[in-house]
Amino acid sequence: MDLGTSIDIVLLAFLLICAVAIVFIRDLFSVVMVAGAYSLLSAMFFVNLDAVDVAFTEAAVGAGISTVLMLGGLMLTSRREKKPKGRQPIFPLLVVLSTGAALVYATFDMPDFGDPNSPANSYVGIDYIEATEKQIDVPNIVTAVLASYRGYDTLGETVVVFTAGLGVMVLLGIGFAGGAPASRKEEDDA
Amino acid sequence: MTTDFIIGHYNYWVIIVLMMLGLYVVMSRGNLIKKIVGLNIFQTSVFLLYITIGKVTGGTAPIIWEGREDVVYSNPLPHVLILTAIVVGVATTAVGLAITVRVREAYGTIEEDEILAQDHEAEVTEGASA
Amino acid sequence: MSQHHLILRIISKILIPPILLYAFYVQFHGDFGPGGGFQAGVIFAVGIILYALVFGLEGAQKVAPPSVVQVFMAFGVLLYAGVGVATLLLGGNFLSYDVLHPDLAHHSGQHYGILAVELGVGITVASVMISLFYSFAGRNAEIDDEDW
Repeated sequence: MDLGTSIDIVLLAFLLICAVAIVFIRDLFSVVMVAGAYSLLSAMFFVNLDAVDVAFTEAAVGAGISTVLMLGGLMLTSRREKKPKGRQPIFPLLVVLSTGAALVYATFDMPDFGDPNSPANSYVGIDYIEATEKQIDVPNIVTAVLASYRGYDTLGETVVVFTAGLGVMVLLGIGFAGGAPASRKEEDDA
Repeated sequence: MTTDFIIGHYNYWVIIVLMMLGLYVVMSRGNLIKKIVGLNIFQTSVFLLYITIGKVTGGTAPIIWEGREDVVYSNPLPHVLILTAIVVGVATTAVGLAITVRVREAYGTIEEDEILAQDHEAEVTEGASA
Repeated sequence: MSQHHLILRIISKILIPPILLYAFYVQFHGDFGPGGGFQAGVIFAVGIILYALVFGLEGAQKVAPPSVVQVFMAFGVLLYAGVGVATLLLGGNFLSYDVLHPDLAHHSGQHYGILAVELGVGITVASVMISLFYSFAGRNAEIDDEDW
């Protein structure tokens, strides 16, 4: 077992601990903080698996912006999760366990971790690596695929981000400092 | 089951457990913020699965190493898919949070059972007055 | 607020310019190393958000007024789509950057195209993230005292 695999095993164990903690903690502030740690750990996991661009994004977005937005949301809602009344329902547990069992059963047919000859790593991925040097001539293959080969996708994603921004503005207002804009105050009076 | 098989599939199994935990939070917890965090765990487990599939043993980050022919690169395609998914994920999380804030303003609570109880009450009074 | 947290304010003042500069580095170095529009946009937004957290929302909105941020949200998407339309007008397919520059041997068209669309992505992501923060931070909390 090489060093990369050992780091991989340890990081996944940490991720598991964070996820279990999130299930049981009731203080929402702590939940958000543990979720931030979870994001940062997954960013480290991505670095270990050579996905440096993804790790960069996860560290900036998941651990940074996402945590800030969550805290902003907490400020406007509540700080603690209420204790559920009565017994815990058994139905969700059954659904989750059966889903998990089916997925674990499916993994027996999956290729081994890091298999260079697995179907996912054999066809399109290799083509992109070989073609980027000849057709785009940009060292970072991820950028080449993102902006050029899959330019349509990225345009779509950008529109999704834009739409989400619009959606939040519609729901919560534009966020002028120093009170709501005049039109909203009139609406409240009416 | 050999050790190689276990090491080769360990990633998948942990990722599946993470997904189960996320799904469990979404289904069993009534607090809306907790549900959003659960969705994030679920979502991240999918990211982890994709990146795991794209890893090639002995490979390096998919940035072309000029002048070297013998370098093995990990599969860049899952990286691209997940990179955009992360940003879209935070955008949708923000929309979910915004809806939660509006729910709190309308109902005064973000616990699912209390919201349902209030809705039920409103329906009953509506039925009585009609 | 303005007189408290002296260390926090001084450190943020020192940190914010490098954060913004780093965002531009990530934006324009994305072809050669890890990075690109998505990451750069988020890092730029983090610079502004840090300013808002330490110096107050009003201060941040003097730097980046909500109306300007909204315009940039749309501008990024339009820049991206505009590159596609430009390639159409130059006789290529939508978003096929090779027609943008005649120097095919060095793939200059691809370089310009990627630079432009990544800039579009960066602008949209940065302004959307800033706008999201404004929306959450600008809303008055009506939280009960007992909840804290």
